[in-house]
Amino acid sequence: MYKFINAREKVMKGVFLFSAIFSILALVVITVFLFASGVPFIAKTGVFKFLFGTTWAPTIDNPLYGILPMIVATLYVTAFSVVLGVGIGLFTAIALYKFCPKKFVAPVRQMINLLAGIPSVIFGLFGMTIIVPFVGNYLSPTGVGYGIFSASLVLAVMILPTIVSVSLDALNAVPNSYYEGALALGATKEQATFKIMLPAAKSGIFAGVVLAIGRTIGETMAVIMVIGGSPEMPNGLFKSVRTLTSNIAMGALELKGDALSALIATGVVLFVFTLILNVSFALLKKEKKEKTKRSAKNEKS
Amino acid sequence: MKNLNSAGNGNRKLFFALRIFCTVALGVSLLCLLAVVAYVLINGVTKISGDLLFGDYSVSPSILPAIIGTLQLVGISILIAVPIGVASAIFLVEYTNNKGRLMRVIQVATETLAGIPSIVYGLFGYLIFVVAFGWGYSMLGGGITLAIMILPTIVRSTQESLVAVQGGLREGAYALGASKVRTIFKIVLPSAAGGIVTAIILAIGRVVSESAVLILTIGMVVKDIPASLMSPGTSLALDIYYFASHGYPDEAAATAVVLLVFVICLNLLAGALGKIIKKSTGETK
Repeated sequence: MYKFINAREKVMKGVFLFSAIFSILALVVITVFLFASGVPFIAKTGVFKFLFGTTWAPTIDNPLYGILPMIVATLYVTAFSVVLGVGIGLFTAIALYKFCPKKFVAPVRQMINLLAGIPSVIFGLFGMTIIVPFVGNYLSPTGVGYGIFSASLVLAVMILPTIVSVSLDALNAVPNSYYEGALALGATKEQATFKIMLPAAKSGIFAGVVLAIGRTIGETMAVIMVIGGSPEMPNGLFKSVRTLTSNIAMGALELKGDALSALIATGVVLFVFTLILNVSFALLKKEKKEKTKRSAKNEKS
Repeated sequence: MKNLNSAGNGNRKLFFALRIFCTVALGVSLLCLLAVVAYVLINGVTKISGDLLFGDYSVSPSILPAIIGTLQLVGISILIAVPIGVASAIFLVEYTNNKGRLMRVIQVATETLAGIPSIVYGLFGYLIFVVAFGWGYSMLGGGITLAIMILPTIVRSTQESLVAVQGGLREGAYALGASKVRTIFKIVLPSAAGGIVTAIILAIGRVVSESAVLILTIGMVVKDIPASLMSPGTSLALDIYYFASHGYPDEAAATAVVLLVFVICLNLLAGALGKIIKKSTGETK
């Protein structure tokens, strides 16, 4: 009996261990498959020509695979939508934190959490049928609604719920005694919130921003429906362009052979982008942790 | 902080202005988000019809293939991701002590998986299932790709609910002579079941909402109900994109309502469940 139990313990531990290693395995397989198919193509085209080539024309006789227009468009869209989304979202979180009737907070918070679950394709549909025509008719000097401007608006709204709830969590994690202390020193409620609580919640809010950047870089469906899709160098906010993700999605159903490898190579670039983002964030977090550890030690001694 | 003492009246006014700006921002956020929901509902509800929901696609556009496809994808991905995810979380919480190198590597791998954009998962699914395995576009390939995508979420939330189980329960079980595996299955998992179920519901929500992965793995064949798991197909989210970009705005609007209502119901269910669990665990304490 004892032997049987012992064997069962070992088998189950093995099963658990294998499952835990599955994540590592999956990551390795994904990386290997992507790089094995993408990197040779990049090498064949030339790293510089691929990353900094300004013409994407996979279907002509002498095909050209330059993804600089897509990289630039991705950076533009990400920057604009994150600035806009974080700007509005952070202030919304602050309003929910201190400046609105207590009764409102819980229901509003619940609603925002609910809205965080809206599928991106629905934001895309909204953008395509409302924002793009509106921008085209009233805001765009060229009359074109598609482009970086519309995409940034749609993405900014899409990342709002995430930013609001992460920032609010960060603010709530700051001990209330900070706030009370500031009030006791004669600060107004507003001063206490903006000068004491906000800086104290900085790292949590920053984590939310990184999350939002990751989501906007990787978002496909909402972007593809409002960005237009011409693989041209962006030289204006109201012109049809293409991001890295939309390049992959738009070409995937049509292209074959070398052109398809070019899409996979685009995926590799996107993958590396997000890896750099995640790793630098993890390093930053680690450094901060060590810093606080060190300062805690200093205080003790 | 030194500014606090020297804070003049002008400074106070500035901060008061900031406060007003906050309230405005709150209004803008709520307005934007509610506008999206209201627009989808108002615009789409009137366009839902029996033909669209359950009709034959050869007669008129229908989302029946998409409904079936979505259910298949949910089934496949949950069946794969939940056992692996839960077992993985059990190993991380019950068998390692937070400091081991293996633990750290697994944690980093899970975080990295969570950060990969969905279209990159789509490319991977395409390369491995469509090309390397030679399955072509298939529901099974799409489902497995989705399973890998939702795995990090399930691992993380299961981990949280396992950690939340009081240590005393485990020690009590050991004291009564239960083995580790028996303790895990009879004591720890039942106590954490609520949190795990909530995590699964949220994961279903993600599967239902996902579309970028599926373009590359199940092929967006909107007309036919998938004959088997190895056939290409479509999902609700994919149908919205298809309808919107191929000149069926009414069908897109109606499908959006179906998808939105479905996702909101899932989220409400998860929320309600979370509340019930909080209550019941609160009582046992």
